[in-house]
Amino acid sequence: MQSQWAKILAVVAAVLALAVVVPFTSSFVILLVTRALAFSILVMSLDILLGFTGLASLGQAAYLGIGAYVTAVLATKYQFGLGYDFWLVVLFGILAGAVLAAFFGLFAVRATGVYFLMITLALGQCVWGLAYRWNSLTGGDNGINLSARPKFGIDLSHDVTFFYLVLGFFALSLLAMYVMVRSPFGASLLGIRERELRMRILGYNTWLHKYIAFVIAGAFGGLAGVLWAHTAGIVSPENVVLTTSVDALLMAVLGGAGTLVGGVIGCFIVFGMREYLSTLVPWWQYVLGAVYVLTILYLPMGMMGIPERIRQGRASGRPNAKKLAVVPS
Amino acid sequence: MSHCTAKRSWPSLGCALALLICSHASVGAEELRIGFLAPTTGIFAQVGKDMVDGFQMYLDEVKNDFAGAQVKFIVEDEQGKPDTAVTKARKLVLQDKVQTFVGGLLASTGYALAPVSTSESIYIIPVAASDDLTQRDAGKFPYLIRTGWTSSQPSHPFGQWACDQGYKKIAAVGADYAFGYEVIGGFQKAFESCGGRIIQKLWPPLGTKDFGPYIPNLKQDADAVLTLMAGPMSLQFPKQLAAAGNKKPVLGGGTSYDEFVLPAMGDEVLGHVSALQYSAALDTPRNAEFVKKYRAKYGKVPSYYSETNYTTALMIHEVLKRNNGKWPGGPEFIKQLSAMKFDTLRGPVSFDDLRNPVQNIYIKKIEKKKMFGYDKDELWNTVIKTYPNVSQFGQFNKAEFLQQPVYSRDFPPCKFCE
Repeated sequence: MQSQWAKILAVVAAVLALAVVVPFTSSFVILLVTRALAFSILVMSLDILLGFTGLASLGQAAYLGIGAYVTAVLATKYQFGLGYDFWLVVLFGILAGAVLAAFFGLFAVRATGVYFLMITLALGQCVWGLAYRWNSLTGGDNGINLSARPKFGIDLSHDVTFFYLVLGFFALSLLAMYVMVRSPFGASLLGIRERELRMRILGYNTWLHKYIAFVIAGAFGGLAGVLWAHTAGIVSPENVVLTTSVDALLMAVLGGAGTLVGGVIGCFIVFGMREYLSTLVPWWQYVLGAVYVLTILYLPMGMMGIPERIRQGRASGRPNAKKLAVVPS
Repeated sequence: MSHCTAKRSWPSLGCALALLICSHASVGAEELRIGFLAPTTGIFAQVGKDMVDGFQMYLDEVKNDFAGAQVKFIVEDEQGKPDTAVTKARKLVLQDKVQTFVGGLLASTGYALAPVSTSESIYIIPVAASDDLTQRDAGKFPYLIRTGWTSSQPSHPFGQWACDQGYKKIAAVGADYAFGYEVIGGFQKAFESCGGRIIQKLWPPLGTKDFGPYIPNLKQDADAVLTLMAGPMSLQFPKQLAAAGNKKPVLGGGTSYDEFVLPAMGDEVLGHVSALQYSAALDTPRNAEFVKKYRAKYGKVPSYYSETNYTTALMIHEVLKRNNGKWPGGPEFIKQLSAMKFDTLRGPVSFDDLRNPVQNIYIKKIEKKKMFGYDKDELWNTVIKTYPNVSQFGQFNKAEFLQQPVYSRDFPPCKFCE
């Protein structure tokens, strides 16, 4: 329990540090951090499925997409969501993500393992196909440009203001997801991840639990989409395409699945390489590749496994640990 | 003691400061910061390299000196994604404070980048050919100017040319995205307005490698096949078409047979005809010199991507020459540039009032021959007909043209498809 509080404090300190430090950095860094924060809400939502329920989804970008398209279509076609009604759009985005997930969940949640992977992939591609082909609504391949960010008392087109908004949503999402995974419901998800059959024998309706987790993940995905649309200023099928889902999955694994915060770290690392390091050096892809490979080889728990790794390293330095190591040989 | 050192360091600090100011003043010349967006990684990396090389070659020729202004050339990788392109463009605008950013490959990237342009940082478009940026949306984005082309610009004379060859029915296969719709759509409008018929339109997705599901479905009663390929698709399609035993004439949009891919092609493309505003085989002394220099430097024949960026650098230089090496400010730059006339590698170029080039369109046939004194037989896009001074509206009336919607998957409607 002690260490749990320490971890919470560390996360709170990190969020506060971001809030204090980032506005003093260059305007490009503010933009990048905002992007990474918005996207990490999607990564965390995926982590609920991947890390806590044991369902590897390859279609999470669909929820980002629907949230983003709802925002963009309302803003450009109906001029809706550019004032105080922005909060309604946030609500619509969350609902759209949840409703889409509720629909997709009917097909996907019954499957497990690689079949779940395949079904979510297929459903995600359906959304991509719609975004790509439904020209009159989505603008097809060209996507939709959002001309302005909302203004209500505060002007979100100001990058620092917008950064604080996204940071606020990020912190709230993290808190909400953390409370959820620590709740009895979260514990039942963990149980399902470890051994679904046993949970069923214990009398849990595991399908329903997984379904609810799926819908919640979709809802957060929708929220990420609303923020993403205003962060990027453009919504295109690129947001819904398979590689975006894969990116989210990789980020979650890179940071450490089943930790929520790990996904955020993974997200910051990948964004940092892809969008910041790439402005400095042309060989950024090698660095990113090396980070992936080394993580898989040496940190199966992701970046969040590093403290554990260090503790193990220290422990193996002690004599009694050595003794233990000798026994099997 | 400490007091003493502090006292002593003041003059030296002052001197250093003075030196800093002096050295800055002695450079004197204005710095011109040009941001450049090209996909240097990903599936379009080859094209991206041609884009950067073309621009860089001009800078090297003038030693980064634009009439006294020192050019700082900042290349950013847009990774072939509109989203990333916007982020990188914002980096160029916010952090590097560039006076202009140049580039963007895909039509969709062009649409995405347009809103980033401001009067402080204007957007110059050498490649991204998205029609509407200089047509129906031209009013929305006053701070951009195009030095390249619109997707449908070569298609309008090309459709007319197809009529002149006596083709009556043509089947079209085009990459399934905005650029494909605009190239094929422009051809269809021109071809059908002179009596031809497009009898089929197939849309394989961007990045298709196996055309098995499309080639056997091509209508057998067509007189010719029209293709529009992009990126790696350009290489695959003609091979598979030839393997399927095609005997019909093949016509292509410019990027189907551009020099970025032509050297990698085989004899299966001999006799294929395409239309674009540039060909590396343009037989002018200036172009011959350009091709030889480019090839000596980068080991390959320049593509239109190289040429259009080289020419863009030249145009920026020319405007600065008029202003004695001073950046005149974004709006003024656009005003001056669009009033100028250039004699470029691709031929004479001027601008219409929507800030798009008016230029020659070349109908090109692929032949195997020796050119420019190279001793090997190679594939070249030989120019067989030149349409001089073609605007983006081609043979059509501008006002009427702007009344119709932008070319898309469904426009013009396929009246003669069954």
